[in-house]
Amino acid sequence: MILVDMFTMAAVGAGMFFFLAGTVGLLRFPDTLSRLHALTKADNLGFGFIVLGLLPQSPDVLSGLKLVVVWLLVQLAAATAGQLIAQFVGLERRRDPAA
Amino acid sequence: MTLLPDLALVLLILTAAVWTVAVRDRRDAVIGFIVVGLLLSLAWVRLNAVDVALTEAAIGGGATGLLLLRACARLVPRPAESVLPHPAMWILTGLLCSVIAAGLAAIVVMPVEPPATLAPEAAANMGELGLGNPVTVVLLAYRALDTLLEKVVLVLALIGVWTLTPEQFWGGAPASLRAQQSSGALRLLAQVLPPVGVVIGVYLVWNGADHPGGTFQGGTVLAAMWLLVMMADLREPPEIRLHTLRLLVILGPVVFLVAGFAGFWIANGFLSYPPAFAKPIIVIVEAALALSIAVILGMLVAGPAARAPR
Repeated sequence: MILVDMFTMAAVGAGMFFFLAGTVGLLRFPDTLSRLHALTKADNLGFGFIVLGLLPQSPDVLSGLKLVVVWLLVQLAAATAGQLIAQFVGLERRRDPAA
Repeated sequence: MTLLPDLALVLLILTAAVWTVAVRDRRDAVIGFIVVGLLLSLAWVRLNAVDVALTEAAIGGGATGLLLLRACARLVPRPAESVLPHPAMWILTGLLCSVIAAGLAAIVVMPVEPPATLAPEAAANMGELGLGNPVTVVLLAYRALDTLLEKVVLVLALIGVWTLTPEQFWGGAPASLRAQQSSGALRLLAQVLPPVGVVIGVYLVWNGADHPGGTFQGGTVLAAMWLLVMMADLREPPEIRLHTLRLLVILGPVVFLVAGFAGFWIANGFLSYPPAFAKPIIVIVEAALALSIAVILGMLVAGPAARAPR
């Protein structure tokens, strides 16, 4: 049991680290595209680790599956949102190359 | 230790709220409003009011935010030297808002002793209706009249939006919701997500009888899926003269009204249900309402007709 708890703590801790790194990137990186890169990469990894850490704690298989589904849906939504923002930046740049 | 996350949440909500009011750009303010809505739904979860949390996230953060964003896009950009209201107006607004906030806070912080509550009585009679979620019991049985009028208001709101249609476009379709540039990623999402979203929407409605969830939350999820499909340019908004569309819009309130009037014959009066059939009636009413809410919200976001009928 202790081993499982340690795994959870390590994985959730790693997840939190990636969230922190992503947030620092979001705040410190110079332009939209690199900020987006920091956010999507770190968030996906961070959230993935947190779900991974929580999996052994789920009371039954069904709740574990729900966690995985939530993770997949968040991945899908985040990836699409990232694409859309990047596309919008590209559109703006083509319109006004100086920016 | 357990207080710490709650305190952080309260601070976040206050910061986001102040930022929303203080920020100059219209669109930034709307985004702030959406953030406040999502944070508020977290606060409702912490208060164990999951039903309210779901509604706040779906309506407060999602649907209203989307409506406001659309409204922003339609408005003409504000000139740089924009007209600010008179300082006296500012102070008056601030004062009135503070008085309301302080009054509400006083009521919450200093409740009358003993607090008047109908909760035990409401819980005691739940078994008769065969439902497990007290919120649904209140919404569809004890205070069904409020819920009915709420849905009628939604229909009126849609009629209000439709009346903004220019004469030559009456009966036509609203402006397309697609983005300026078509996006493969968005199209993929609009093809993959709706099956999942529709299941979740139906689940929220069905589940609302016994667990948190309900017509509004489920209907909003359904509307979101429809809007996603329209935004990804897979489907155009329908023409507002279509009979099917108009029937779907009034389906929920009509079914609710029929069930209400049927109460005169089969139960004790308007909007009362016979115990034996209470649950089936409520579930049918909820399903019809959810469908209508989904269609109404989708059409509200789509806006008035902007093309002549074909």
